Amino acid sequence: MTSDISKPRNKIITEDQAVATLRSGMTLGIGGWGSRRKPMSLVRSLLRSDITDLTVVSYGGPDVGLLCAAGKVKKLIYAFVSLDSIPLEPHFRLARQNATIPEPTEWDEGMLQWALFAGSLRLPFLPTRAGLGSGVMDVNPSLKTVKSPYADGEELLAVPAIRLDAAFVHMNRSDTRGNAQYLGPDVYFDDLFLAACEPGRRFVSAEKIIPTEDLLKEGTFHTLKINRSMVDGVIHAPNGAHFTTCEPDYGRDESFQKAYVDAARDPEAWKAFSDRFLSGDEANYQSQVVTWREEIKAAKGAAK
Amino acid sequence: MSDSVALADVIAVACAEAWRGDGEIFASGMGVMQMLGARVARATFEPDLMISDGEAFYISGDLPIGGTQKLVEGWIPFRSVFDTLAGGRRHVMMGASQIDRFGNSNIANIGPWAKPKSQLLGVRGGPGNTVNNATSFFIPKHQTSVFVSSVDMVSGVGYDRAKKVGGFIAKRHDLRRVVTNLAVLDFNSPDNSMQLVSLHPGVSVDDVVTNTGFELVIPATVPVSRPPTPEESAAIETIDPKGLRHREIPA
Repeated sequence: MTSDISKPRNKIITEDQAVATLRSGMTLGIGGWGSRRKPMSLVRSLLRSDITDLTVVSYGGPDVGLLCAAGKVKKLIYAFVSLDSIPLEPHFRLARQNATIPEPTEWDEGMLQWALFAGSLRLPFLPTRAGLGSGVMDVNPSLKTVKSPYADGEELLAVPAIRLDAAFVHMNRSDTRGNAQYLGPDVYFDDLFLAACEPGRRFVSAEKIIPTEDLLKEGTFHTLKINRSMVDGVIHAPNGAHFTTCEPDYGRDESFQKAYVDAARDPEAWKAFSDRFLSGDEANYQSQVVTWREEIKAAKGAAK
Repeated sequence: MSDSVALADVIAVACAEAWRGDGEIFASGMGVMQMLGARVARATFEPDLMISDGEAFYISGDLPIGGTQKLVEGWIPFRSVFDTLAGGRRHVMMGASQIDRFGNSNIANIGPWAKPKSQLLGVRGGPGNTVNNATSFFIPKHQTSVFVSSVDMVSGVGYDRAKKVGGFIAKRHDLRRVVTNLAVLDFNSPDNSMQLVSLHPGVSVDDVVTNTGFELVIPATVPVSRPPTPEESAAIETIDPKGLRHREIPA
């Protein structure tokens, strides 16, 4: 496709179009933190695909739980998997307890940041103390140390760089070209996930797609950590982080998160949950969530 | 001590004491009692401490636990937390599902790591915390299944392992204290193994020994954990008006 300099590239695509560019065996980074601002509509699209054998890098929440439950994860690079208000992620726990993740790779939180930062800078590694002396060194025998070449001579952990084949992040706002904005309290490490990713499959979903000239209407320039050179595809995904937080647009859907956890306890309940919410497309998911909420409300009303 | 002092208040003060003398650093509490301790310390004897809302902001003034009326004095997103701890300007009080005599701690999993009997959180930031900044612990139920001879996964580095690493880490390694529902303990013994510091009112040395799965260093005389001062009691009420701290202590 030749570019038309008079017309900026419009990067708007759908979740399914983004996922269609992925292949089995790829390394995927997922932004957000725990059960906070996760690119859930992209994850849900990935669940509907045939893609498998993924290496997943994440400050894990329900994204990791769902991908584990669907058997899509070959290698998981993580420091924790948590739903925040509910500390333990049920699907991740089951996957670990049944040893169904072939290559669990458990690192310190700071090591994940360092690996992505090194990847983004195209460095082979970055040194740190985080991990030394801990069980991380015991369960990751391939990790190596490096000696400071200066007078101190300190032995440090060399965190190997991670380069991603694909990255998913969810933002509050984006223009059609991928200038994206977070309006909540923390960007987490979303900019690093995009920067550590090979160009081609860097995807940003956003609550609202807005004109470029509106980017400073709701937040200061400090909120523009993600620019279009870091992004290949933009997905309009209202409520796309559901059921995780997307402050200030919406908070966590705690009652839905609880229903998710309750369903995960029992294979039959999980099948029913999965059939209802995850078998259809994103529009079906969102409408089922609305219906579910009405049912809960009605049931509460009837109980009174 | 007066019977009218609740155990949770003694424990809150024992937690607060962890930060005594820390000055202008980030006092980070992972859990209700830990947060209460940090905020009581700042409200009373350690006024320069920095306290966060647990999300992304430094908060000025006495924010009640779970409170939303925040007087923001700074921004502390996760990336800044990592920077601050690597810079050593933080003292965190965490929980632990297991801890051994040298303070190796575990929040990651119970049973073998390759196929855990129970998967918990994962190591989280424990490895980085314990080799970079001061770390204390609050453990609500002092029992042999928590105070173990060896932990199933070392998410937090203890003194024996830190010494083995040597260099900067051995020199700066700083596990400050362990507060439980029975006692206060620290690592200030000659070989940095865990020692008894004080017993909460009504608790005997035997109670602690029976509930600890390794040998503790026990001084000839062990004082009773002190009650809150009137100023501290007032701070506890302001910061935890709903009494969430009482739910932290097993009956």
